[in-house]
Amino acid sequence: MLTVEGLRSRYGRIEVLHGIDLHVDSGEIVTVVGANGAGKTTLLRCLSGVQPVAGGSITFRGEALTPVPAHRRLSRGLAQSPEGRQIFTNLTVEENLRLGAFLYSDGRVEKDMEDAFGMFPVLKQKRNLAAGGLSGGQQQMLAIARALMGRPSCLLLDEPSMGLAPILVQQIFDVVKGLKALDVTVLLVEQNAFGALKIADRGYVMETGRITMEGTSEALIADPRIREAYLGI
Amino acid sequence: MRLSEKQWTLLILAALIALSPFFFPSSYYYRVGSLIFVNGLAVTGIVILTGYAGQISLGHAGFAGIGAYACALAPAHLGLHPALALVLGAAISGVLAFLVGRPILRLKGYYLAVASLGLGILVAMALANESWITGGPDGIKVADLGLRAVLKSQGLDLSNTEFWYAFTGLALLIGAWLALNLHDSPTGRALRALHGSEIAARTVGIDVARAKLAAFVISAVYASVSGSLLALQNRFITPDVAGYMHSIEMVTMAVLGGAGSVLGAIFGAGILTMLPQVLTVFAEYEQLMLGLVMMLVMIFMRQGLLPSVLRLIRGRGE
Repeated sequence: MLTVEGLRSRYGRIEVLHGIDLHVDSGEIVTVVGANGAGKTTLLRCLSGVQPVAGGSITFRGEALTPVPAHRRLSRGLAQSPEGRQIFTNLTVEENLRLGAFLYSDGRVEKDMEDAFGMFPVLKQKRNLAAGGLSGGQQQMLAIARALMGRPSCLLLDEPSMGLAPILVQQIFDVVKGLKALDVTVLLVEQNAFGALKIADRGYVMETGRITMEGTSEALIADPRIREAYLGI
Repeated sequence: MRLSEKQWTLLILAALIALSPFFFPSSYYYRVGSLIFVNGLAVTGIVILTGYAGQISLGHAGFAGIGAYACALAPAHLGLHPALALVLGAAISGVLAFLVGRPILRLKGYYLAVASLGLGILVAMALANESWITGGPDGIKVADLGLRAVLKSQGLDLSNTEFWYAFTGLALLIGAWLALNLHDSPTGRALRALHGSEIAARTVGIDVARAKLAAFVISAVYASVSGSLLALQNRFITPDVAGYMHSIEMVTMAVLGGAGSVLGAIFGAGILTMLPQVLTVFAEYEQLMLGLVMMLVMIFMRQGLLPSVLRLIRGRGE
């Protein structure tokens, strides 16, 4: 579904991605784990089109993605829940969801919204409140729900567990795992390697702008190097 | 029945416009009222641009100037009816805003403020210097709208100031109604979303550059119509209408009253239109007082007067 080959990107003259190769197949949950500063967020920014690509290719459902501007990528089926959640804090919860469905004006929008409320009942309680007043966990739920309103076939998630209490982290990971049932393919970027690998089918390890390891989640969790460096076991 | 914020705003506005005349000690107050409404209309456009979309223009008086001079020149040279001249001015302003905004609004940041400042100054200079057509700095006469005579023949005899009070009040109501409708439309939501985060707005599929351009064009049309109404009301116009002080005034009114809310911004227009009348007691200290008021509001009520006061009242009520 999504194939990245030799992807390079730079901030000014400093190259931060030195040729990334990865692929996500339809129906999979794939995670990219790595320490802070490894380039995970830059990778996602390239995929969503807000970061210029300096080399290599991104192919999504058979189409070259690099020439497609950021705001057109959702209509191709690629949604993103950006880093730091990036919900619209001054708008209400409901307005945030409606913006997720900005591209659509058919009857399915209302149905999708009911589905989102079914998935996250707390959002329904707070639908008319400013999204900025939600707790961190609720904001993350809103960010995911908003991305789903765009009817994506593939969802890019950037650090959904960031800054959340452990009990909420588990809740969010359960939600991500549940996306499989909705036929949404997921590329999950996480610092929380253990939590991410537990719900993912496959994983990539990223270090200073390169993919250094890849494999099934089981294999990565069992790998002594990973256990030592990221899992702290 | 619970009224929505939109209905409340329109109700309060309509009530203020309709009931204020009962407290007017002299016909001079109709004149002040219609000036407030004309400024309020321009400032409503600023609410769309600055309050909704978070973009700042320092040249909107340029569009007011185009609207005003369209009403002066088109009837005299093209034989257009003044009402059509108003529409023509709005169209020219909209097209100009489109042409200027299109390359600039692709960029994020203060570029629009600088470019619009330049545009406003350019328009003001053209109006002042091309005296063969504009009459130069001395100004130019504006044709009569003719509507008052029509009303009179229908048996509704209004004095000039009464007529303009009612007419500009109605124009303001319509302008506010349109702006409030925009607020809750998909385009309005898109504008408020990109105000919060352009990146997030793009990831939900909003063409940020296009949305910002739409806000700029719409607000330019508001400024243009406001300029036209001012010209038609005064029957005379000078290039000052396009001066950059007038641009700053518009932004100041919106920010003072609360750029995020239509009612707040109109409230700001009211205060800043009336303040000079009150401050004449202080004569040469007028500008000083104005600056002081602005600074205090920005320090203590960053969201603007009306939203801050409303929050204070609501906070007490709970």
